Amino acid sequence: MSQDVANIKPSYPLFRDADYKENLANKKSMFEECHPQDKIQEVFEWTTTKEYQELNFKREALTINPAKACQPLGAVLCALGFEKTLPYVHGSQGCVAYFRTYFNRHFKEPIACVSDSMTEDAAVFGGQKNMFAGLENAKALYKPEMIAVSTTCMAEVIGDDLNAFINNAKKDGRVENEFPTPFAHTPSFVGSHVTGWDNMFEGIARYFTLNYMGDKAVGKNGKLNIVPGFETYLGNFRVVKRMLKEMGVDYSMLSDPEEVLDTPADGQFRMYSGGTTLDEIRDAPNAMDTLFLQAWQSEKSQKFIRATWKHTAPNINIPMGLQWTDEFLMKVAEITGKPIPESLEKERGRLVDMITDSHAWLHGKKYALWGDPDFVKGMSKILLELGAEPTHILCNNANKRWKKEMEKMLKASPYGQNSEVHIGCDLWHMRSLVFTNKPDFMIGNSYGKFIQRDTITKGKEFEVPLIRIGFPIFDRHHLHRDTTLGYEGAMHILKTLVNEILSRLDEDTRGMGTTDYNYDLIR
Amino acid sequence: MALRQCAIYGKGGIGKSTTTQNLVAAMAEAGKKVMIVGCDPKADSTRLILHSKAQTTIMHLAAEAGTVEDLELEDVLKVGYGDIKCVESGGPEPGVGCAGRGVITSINFLEEEGAYDEDLDFVFYDVLGDVVCGGFAMPIRENKAQEIYIVVSGEMMAMYAANNICKGIVKYANSGGVRLAGLICNSRETDREDELIEALASKLGTTMIHFVPRDNVVQRAEIRRMTVIEYDPKAGQADEYRQLAQKVIHNKNLVIPTPITMDELEDLLMEFGIMQEEDQSIIGQKAVDEVVATA
Repeated sequence: MSQDVANIKPSYPLFRDADYKENLANKKSMFEECHPQDKIQEVFEWTTTKEYQELNFKREALTINPAKACQPLGAVLCALGFEKTLPYVHGSQGCVAYFRTYFNRHFKEPIACVSDSMTEDAAVFGGQKNMFAGLENAKALYKPEMIAVSTTCMAEVIGDDLNAFINNAKKDGRVENEFPTPFAHTPSFVGSHVTGWDNMFEGIARYFTLNYMGDKAVGKNGKLNIVPGFETYLGNFRVVKRMLKEMGVDYSMLSDPEEVLDTPADGQFRMYSGGTTLDEIRDAPNAMDTLFLQAWQSEKSQKFIRATWKHTAPNINIPMGLQWTDEFLMKVAEITGKPIPESLEKERGRLVDMITDSHAWLHGKKYALWGDPDFVKGMSKILLELGAEPTHILCNNANKRWKKEMEKMLKASPYGQNSEVHIGCDLWHMRSLVFTNKPDFMIGNSYGKFIQRDTITKGKEFEVPLIRIGFPIFDRHHLHRDTTLGYEGAMHILKTLVNEILSRLDEDTRGMGTTDYNYDLIR
Repeated sequence: MALRQCAIYGKGGIGKSTTTQNLVAAMAEAGKKVMIVGCDPKADSTRLILHSKAQTTIMHLAAEAGTVEDLELEDVLKVGYGDIKCVESGGPEPGVGCAGRGVITSINFLEEEGAYDEDLDFVFYDVLGDVVCGGFAMPIRENKAQEIYIVVSGEMMAMYAANNICKGIVKYANSGGVRLAGLICNSRETDREDELIEALASKLGTTMIHFVPRDNVVQRAEIRRMTVIEYDPKAGQADEYRQLAQKVIHNKNLVIPTPITMDELEDLLMEFGIMQEEDQSIIGQKAVDEVVATA
């Protein structure tokens, strides 16, 4: 049982040692009152059947692995994208610990975010006192230039009025009247993290512009606004900026956490780094127009910007894949009058070349995928463009309109004929789907690894490998640095998908003297 | 004319819903476009306008559909007498859940779905009893009701509740634009009721906007699920509601209330003979001792 200092083993393989195996087996037989293994196996097999799937889809009162997170998480990410901004959550501490660790584990970065620690007394008397002390302390301790306030369930259930509380805190002298304190109500039991991002962005846009529209005019600053939405791929911020730079377009990236989520290890800790400046958001109504990269997830902000800034804020598709990147660039050219440069045309040509090179391998491959509405739509679009089939498409946090639109898109493609779109479903539904109608791969976040384990438990021939694209990714490093938008993103996705197929094929054909007739050097 | 949003508060059972619906009916009769938003899980704020037992509520439909996002405005918004738009937020059965959150959810839903259209002249929120939690204060948050009317009578607890509501209003008035617009006295035929409420109003820094006398025609109309305005437009009581409507329409007297202390309220009640001076010597004295003392 004891470890050897010279050879300390982690839980695996330590627990596979004979003494541990015996110990664990004893514990199981003496204390766990477990069903016999054959009964467990029987139930497991039953959960992989069509019959179980039908029951599973009738499930009403339970969500298992929900494939979404909650509103304030999105609000925090949105706030992190502004210069020297401290995300502040009005509510209980545990929620905020969760937001911080969730981002820590995905980005491998420290995340600055505070709560005002509401407890039992605040639940009874309301959280105004917490807001007073919280704003005062957070500003004094962490010296932000803006505090962006969102809420947890607790504050929402008791109906705390953020606007009144923040104004009262200012009247009470806790923070200066002119200190920026945009806010958004973000009840976790409504919508998802993408709703929270949208609400927070609307709150910030409202705070800095609603009462200052007098001297604003569309097009006055000659810039183009880009609103990324709930975006966790740092490469996506970089690629959009690069494309706009190559076009010679002056832009404002509204909410830009690229720096703060990727600070270098040079001996200096940065609580804040980069981000959209407050002057940029103040000046944003003067832009020529605003493009929302994830329009399905930005309805509230889009509405505000159309009504108040008088921007058209057109409904564009997320710039994923060939056609929708084309559309994005043409839209930018249309708004700004700047032509698409040769460099981007060349890049496009390279993508087309890559698609034709890998086409033979990708054609007809079946994929199950899940994630947020815009990502899932863009990913489906890429698969269709590559000649692959997105057979099981699942989005917990999309609406019926989205589903209709997805079905229209799929119907129009020969590769979308066998596709099914599921909204409001979770990963336990997805588990049923991949058992009863096996795809070649799953595309999604880290939570999919448990489905992969379950499928291989049934037998190697049932295994559905997971390709990690999405959020969160906790069990692989640095994937958040990748790119999924633009031609560059499409290249990255294509590369990932085709090489997963090839490494899988290698795995299957490595059998010496059995399958290695196809273990080819050249693929 | 810009949309005016008014909230009606008052002690439970004082006649808020009846008064609101009669007032709104009189306004509609005078050509105003009005919407009533019932903010009470009992959902009885619109029955006299719609001639129904109880309107299907937003929360009821949301619970059925699974989420409020799946509802359409036309599912929850009904049009009744005088083209009055009616919505009930609804809420849980007594003893479970959170009715306050239901109010928040419902009002957010109405805003997002564009129920507050530009044609409307008035929106009335009929709010349950006291302002017991943040949810029931939702109608008086920033950008919502700016005018609050309190329904009151000459009974002690009704006046006590009115004073408490004023305390709540002060909290919101200091950070926003919400104001007390007046007391509506719904008569219980107590002694010198009108003078008493006028005195209370002046202590609170407002006025008694109208004295609605007691009249059984209100109950007769109510049995038929109608307002007096609709049931018997010639009745004297209908004219009372018409007067109230005109007073509300032309009301410019919006104030931050000055709630009074319990002692001041008791003084007022004693002045009008509703309460007797406390006899300090009998406090804590049991019946047996009392007999001994008097013997």
